[in-house]
Amino acid sequence: MVRLILRSIMGLFLTALCLTFLVFWLTNLAPNLEKLAKTQGNARMTDAAVESWLANRGYDQALPVKYGEWLGVVPGYVIDGSDGTTRARCVEAGAPVNNPPRFCGVLQGDWGYSTVLRDDVLTIIGTRLGLTAKLMACVMAIMIPGALIMGVLAGMREGSRLDRSLSTVSIITTATPEYVSGVVLIAVFATGTFGMNWFKGTATSAMEDANFQNFFLPVMTIALYGMGYIARMTRASMTEVMTAQYIRTARLKGVSFSNIVLKHALRNALIAPFTVIMLQFPWLLNGVVIVETLFNYKGFGWTLVQAASNNDIELLLGVSIVSVIVVLVTQLLSDIGYAVLNPRIRLS
Amino acid sequence: MTETYTGPILEIDNLSISFFTRLREIPAVMDFSATIMPGDSLGLVGESGCGKSTVALGVMQDLGVNGRIVGGSIRFKGEELTTMSPDRLRALRGREIAMIYQEPMASLNPAMTVGAQLIEVPMIHEGISKGDAYARALETVADVKLPDPKRILKAYPHQLSGGQQQRIVIAMALMSKPSLLILDEPTTALDVTVEAAVVQLVRDLGRKYGTSMLFISHNLGLVLDTCDRINVMYSGEAVERGSIADVFDDMQHPYTQALFRAIPLPGASKTTRPLKAIPGNFPLPDARPKGCNFGPRCDYFEAGRCDAGPIPMQRITGDDRHLTRCIKFNAIDWNAPVTKAIETAPTAPGKVILRMEDLKKYYDTRGNTAFGGVSQVVKANESLTFDAREAETLAIVGESGCGKSTFAKVLMGLETATSGNITLDEKSISDVPIENRTTQTVADIQMVFQNPFDTLNPSMTVGRQIIRALEVFRIGKSDGERRRRMLDLLDLVKLPRTFADRMPRQLSGGQKQRVGIARAFAGDARIVVADEPVSALDVSVQAAVADLLMDIQARQNTTLLFISHDLSIVRYLADRVLVMYLGHVVELGTTEQVFSPPYHPYTEALLSAVPIADTRVTKRRIVLKGEIPSAMNPPPGCPFQTRCPRKHQVAGDLCERELPPMRTLSDGLQIKCHLPDEEFAAMEPVIQMAGNSVA
Repeated sequence: MVRLILRSIMGLFLTALCLTFLVFWLTNLAPNLEKLAKTQGNARMTDAAVESWLANRGYDQALPVKYGEWLGVVPGYVIDGSDGTTRARCVEAGAPVNNPPRFCGVLQGDWGYSTVLRDDVLTIIGTRLGLTAKLMACVMAIMIPGALIMGVLAGMREGSRLDRSLSTVSIITTATPEYVSGVVLIAVFATGTFGMNWFKGTATSAMEDANFQNFFLPVMTIALYGMGYIARMTRASMTEVMTAQYIRTARLKGVSFSNIVLKHALRNALIAPFTVIMLQFPWLLNGVVIVETLFNYKGFGWTLVQAASNNDIELLLGVSIVSVIVVLVTQLLSDIGYAVLNPRIRLS
Repeated sequence: MTETYTGPILEIDNLSISFFTRLREIPAVMDFSATIMPGDSLGLVGESGCGKSTVALGVMQDLGVNGRIVGGSIRFKGEELTTMSPDRLRALRGREIAMIYQEPMASLNPAMTVGAQLIEVPMIHEGISKGDAYARALETVADVKLPDPKRILKAYPHQLSGGQQQRIVIAMALMSKPSLLILDEPTTALDVTVEAAVVQLVRDLGRKYGTSMLFISHNLGLVLDTCDRINVMYSGEAVERGSIADVFDDMQHPYTQALFRAIPLPGASKTTRPLKAIPGNFPLPDARPKGCNFGPRCDYFEAGRCDAGPIPMQRITGDDRHLTRCIKFNAIDWNAPVTKAIETAPTAPGKVILRMEDLKKYYDTRGNTAFGGVSQVVKANESLTFDAREAETLAIVGESGCGKSTFAKVLMGLETATSGNITLDEKSISDVPIENRTTQTVADIQMVFQNPFDTLNPSMTVGRQIIRALEVFRIGKSDGERRRRMLDLLDLVKLPRTFADRMPRQLSGGQKQRVGIARAFAGDARIVVADEPVSALDVSVQAAVADLLMDIQARQNTTLLFISHDLSIVRYLADRVLVMYLGHVVELGTTEQVFSPPYHPYTEALLSAVPIADTRVTKRRIVLKGEIPSAMNPPPGCPFQTRCPRKHQVAGDLCERELPPMRTLSDGLQIKCHLPDEEFAAMEPVIQMAGNSVA
């Protein structure tokens, strides 16, 4: 078990390294840098001026060196610029350069500075992630129990009326993406059109003080989409387990139906959807981007949109690292959880 | 449910069960009657699809959503089961009637410990505490002769071997000391020596607890070993029922007779007394003939009489518990000798064409070595040395894990040998994988596989698949020529030419296996490896397929390497036999030598384990203890020493220290054993047949 976890963690680090390098390379492509120079410096710079602007700030170094500096394993640059100013990576722009720290990268906790939001990337991500965590926690609290109950109820008696109605509901919710369901929910429940003006169409106030009225719609928008999918998976797994021979064994031992479902079938039926649920976390990040923008809830997804549309390279990189880590950690948890549920993996 | 109940435990009267599909009703069991008295055991015998498992599920009242009892009654201790309330039924299941299933692995819950599954039974039915139930579980696990019960109870099913799992299923059935035990093919998934141990266990426990048993099997020999009475089923109906002695020695139904003539009993031989296969095919449940179901395949069929209307069970005069569903039973001379099938002259083996020298195949099973997994070596084959001649049948016998399939893979070129040599016509082929072999070599060595259901491409017609083989072997100049050759091949395997345009799903198991044989012989193969070619087939078609193989072999002078675990069929058709255990050849000799003393102790145990459906046969019972060791971790010294019942006859700890040499006894019989010569000389035959010894 310990070895399994160690192995997963090692894999996680390698993957994180590869993925961040990829994002770093993409955000540091020449056109991006040129755009950066022109927005930061002067929109009407000549090509030569752009080049020297980039050279003075270390952007013309080789990609691996830049990546190493950003990561904090290669000493930060100190450049005597062509304009007479000495700049160092590890010293804030404008401050005098004397004895700068050698390393300043992600590993040292220096994630850079957002050019748009005018704050440290780490601070921004911290607050925004907190807000999104609040949203996600609510989503999960509704989605997972709801989906599992739906799936198990539908799957325990395949073909029954209950099964068919629940399956229809889950197909409808899965087939409706967030940008559709969000708009529909706002139109129905946040306007007077249908006389059901119960909730607020914006969640901005929920950042400070979340309550049922301002938070329910964004949470439901995300939860509904994932719920149908997980319910379908649980149902499929449950119906398969219910026809397994060991269920017949249990039935012919005289176990009652409720105990068959709870003691014999449930655990086996949860093994397959568990992985799916864990995979839903990264998927939910998608929904978060849409829903946060739609409901103007300034969380992590909203920050990602801002960073991307404003070419805020360091913020974008920071957001990517966090996303990569979120994805990989859920994978790790999914592997561990799978092993806990499935004795065949745990004890081999 | 009174303890003093003395009547029959189970009475089934004119039971009919049907399955309902959207289109129609499909009768699965018709007019079935049986009675089981306390302490009695009833055997239910028949081929797959005859409805024997449906009877069991009918007794359990667990027919699923589509199945329904459409007539008759089932009474358990006088209580009607067909109209019983679900609650009462649940109280009976597990407490009074328990069931043991065919596949132990599938019938145990993979996510619960064995202990949890066992203690559940008395906790539900007797309401006893967890502690008491645990104590009972320990006792029962010890009863089914599993070592270290405490450890077993903590284990999950996948940590146990197949034999151990089946013992757990048996223990689970016995937890509440039921009055009736239903065993549905309880040993089909197990190896012969393990099967023998499980059967003995069931018999002993049945006696110890006085449990009545309903034993369902397709194996007549097993039923003879375990039951008092027998009920033979064919196509949804019981065709004959009576005591073991009645049915085995004084059969009164043509199907029973045909069944006995189709199984290889001691004394049968491919040249002097060939098997008599039952002609035709099992009728599908929705296409049963009018009148007698067995009519179209019966030798005594009389048009106008046998197909006139439903045939009831008839009592045989002078024996009121022996019944048959044949209206002509009085007119048939049951003692008439078998009409002799054509006797074939034994083919003389020719020159040696295949030679194995010290062949070894090791597998490296690495865990994840990149992250510190441990690499382990599986020694699948250890120093195989033998040769095969033209036109001979060499049987390779052994239980699962003995390396017989690995050997076939190496010979075919699917794997390359670790060391040693295989020579075909003086040419070494051991290091040549199949993709580098010449077309001729590939066509020369072909294989017939165990499972005909998986080896045909489901989306290609039969003819196309055979033509494909011809194309690969570069036989025939044009498509027309190949098509003619394909039709010839269908003739060779005795399939109608119209089958060329059929899809595999339209064929029965036996017919599919014939297509497999046609494909193997497409390139005039000189060596055919038949890996358990009949074990997936029903008894009545096994004989036909085995005879077909023999027939083609005799005509084409093919060398047949017949891999099997079934000693009865091996005795019937092999010229020479090679017995394998844990990768080693432990005995090699002619069929007659191997089946008579002196034996290797493993061969002796194997012979004793094979159930024989003949009441005249008495066997010396040798039940092996323990399980086959893993090839990953073989015991030191002799591979068989961990289970050998004759180990004490060898002085000192020789067996544990040294691998025995291959000794050549009289007439070229080779045995790998440390036993002294006088012990070999003193060995008695395992199987005795009413006075004179057969093996």
